[in-house]
Amino acid sequence: MATIRMKPVKTPDLFLECFCISPDVFAGKTPTEISRLEVREGKARNELGDFFDIAGSSGKTAEETDIFIDGDCSRVKYIGSKMTAGSVTVNGNADMYVGGWMKGGSIHVRGNVDSFCGLAMEGGEIQIDGNAQNYVGCAYRGDWRGMRGGTIRINGSAGNDIGTFMLGGTIIIEKDAFIHISTHAEGGTVVIKGDVQSRVGGQMVKGDIYVFGTIEHMLPGFKEIGTVDKNILGQSMKFRHFIGDLGERHPKKKGREIYGNLYLRAS
Amino acid sequence: MPKLITQVGCPYCGASCDDLEVLVSDDGKKILETRNACVIGSEIFHHATNPNRLKKPRLRQPDGSFKEIEYEEAIDYTAKALLNAKKPLIYGFGSTNCEGISAVGRVAEKAGAVLDNCASICHGPSFLAIFDNGYPSCTLGEVKNRADVIVFWGCNPMHAHPRHTSRYSIFPRGFFTSRGQMHRTVICVDPRETDTAKLADMHLMVKQGHDYDLFNAFRTVLRGHKIPEEVAGIERAKILEVAEKMRNGRFVMIFFGMGCTHTDGRNHNVDIAISLTRDLNDHTKASIMAMRGHYNIAGPGQVWSWQFGFPYCVDLSKGTHAHMNPGETSSIDLAMRDEIDCFVNVGTDAGAHFPIDAVKHLKKHPFITVDPNICMASEISDLHIPVRIVGVEEPGVVYRMDNVPIQFKKVIDGPESVPSDEELFDRIYVRICELTQTEPIWVHGKAPVPASTSRVK
Repeated sequence: MATIRMKPVKTPDLFLECFCISPDVFAGKTPTEISRLEVREGKARNELGDFFDIAGSSGKTAEETDIFIDGDCSRVKYIGSKMTAGSVTVNGNADMYVGGWMKGGSIHVRGNVDSFCGLAMEGGEIQIDGNAQNYVGCAYRGDWRGMRGGTIRINGSAGNDIGTFMLGGTIIIEKDAFIHISTHAEGGTVVIKGDVQSRVGGQMVKGDIYVFGTIEHMLPGFKEIGTVDKNILGQSMKFRHFIGDLGERHPKKKGREIYGNLYLRAS
Repeated sequence: MPKLITQVGCPYCGASCDDLEVLVSDDGKKILETRNACVIGSEIFHHATNPNRLKKPRLRQPDGSFKEIEYEEAIDYTAKALLNAKKPLIYGFGSTNCEGISAVGRVAEKAGAVLDNCASICHGPSFLAIFDNGYPSCTLGEVKNRADVIVFWGCNPMHAHPRHTSRYSIFPRGFFTSRGQMHRTVICVDPRETDTAKLADMHLMVKQGHDYDLFNAFRTVLRGHKIPEEVAGIERAKILEVAEKMRNGRFVMIFFGMGCTHTDGRNHNVDIAISLTRDLNDHTKASIMAMRGHYNIAGPGQVWSWQFGFPYCVDLSKGTHAHMNPGETSSIDLAMRDEIDCFVNVGTDAGAHFPIDAVKHLKKHPFITVDPNICMASEISDLHIPVRIVGVEEPGVVYRMDNVPIQFKKVIDGPESVPSDEELFDRIYVRICELTQTEPIWVHGKAPVPASTSRVK
């Protein structure tokens, strides 16, 4: 494995759009070539090297390329977006679209991320040590095909719109979430280890939601059908099992309607 | 003899009334009387002939005062400010015509700006819901002639759209609604007892911020499932009663406003309202409509969707393609994150409508207002450019809240030398072309250059 080391040396006036910070783009390029890649600050065209010191070496393929950014990227968008293999580590915060449209590989952000983390993700792993803002693992505007695969783990809390239009994959929020979990979901799993305010599983067709804490306001479209023992993320516990959203359409399998599942930890 | 002009369009609210009559003085310069207009619409006409009306652009001086300058200088200033910025934002368009909006589109594309309209702080979430879930809507004519169950959800037309209820939704006698108000059941969902709620047959005083839960309850009931004793502060019996009213209606019409789009969940509140409308169509006919605020705020959505493929929050800074993602490219988010380095406020008052922190960020950079009137935004601007008032001094196409285009008239001549929005932005466009040494594809008052020839060049 070869590692490209990047160190932020200049903070952009506005926000930097770095579609290029991805092992797929860096693979097979020398640090000099990488520093000449285009980044955008609004309509201003700059080079990656204007904002980062770049050293180390890249692998021949994305799979053999690791990227390590040693510093704060609070004003850098699109880190690791559309990547298919390799890894990106950010030793600090990152802005929007971390791992957006990602297909494979792994991303580790040691700080916080802004919104649209793992937007329309298809595969790979994202680990955020801090908090995430809104739209974790959400679909792009107007797309009915949201997150399809992969894993997003947020060690802190997250905002609203988690896993909207989700079709597959797993989202784990270690702390609290605000509102709208798995809205319009047709698959996938969301685990919230803390509390959620409300609107869990609204307009949900299929999929699973686990809430370890409390839900302040339960939607009227969810019906409790019993208690189940489940082993989730290596923890075995008892959950109250709800099905829903009863107000939404549901497909039938062998004559029986398939509902979304909401598991709320039994106290 | 004073002249009576009939079938005049009103440049105030989204109901875009087009049945006004305006009495104009002999010389065509003064408005003597307006008929059929609501009190606010009437005021807009009389305001136009205010003697204190600005007739020249004003540029902020180093000592903080304003100095009147010529239009050429203001156009040059705006063109240079847009070109020098890395990410300029052009926002507004609540009160201008589609011709002006189209001209601004050309400027924004040339300058690599972000284009946004007042929907961003108004019915933008409705657009997001429409992208996600479709828009089973109709025209206001169909509401007048067919609708017998009217739901006002989070909107207060008695104040915001004063003639909406008399022209379309509650009182008018239509083809299948010959008994007017007697024919209609009016349901109002609002946490407050608004004047619309007082007028309604049923008022559901929903708990603030729980609209989504109540929509969810209606959908659950309509699919034959049980709901809890109380949802969003409304008793089950009442929810069942209203659901039954909607199911048994011949044509259910849901109007929604800021109460849905600007409480928690925003687009999701509208999204589930659209889902409810679709569900109701299993039982009867149902339709839904956004209570758009201004007389032509549906216009930018129409014009830019045609020009760029997106109705609002259009980021044209890439130069190669338009990018839209509200949350990132929406005015408030851009301003709050300090992602804008030049702001042009057109035909609206961002100074009054934006959060103070957003305005503080915008004020660090060139701040330009294009508006006929003095407003909060104009008073904090570096440059204020007055223009003609659309619907009073300038004709043009506007889109009513149901997306029906209406040709508005002009009733009096505007102040001499004051341009329309369209003319002003066409001149800014030409100035940008001069500064960037490129060939303009559009010159005001001339036939546009065919796309094929401009491409060959």
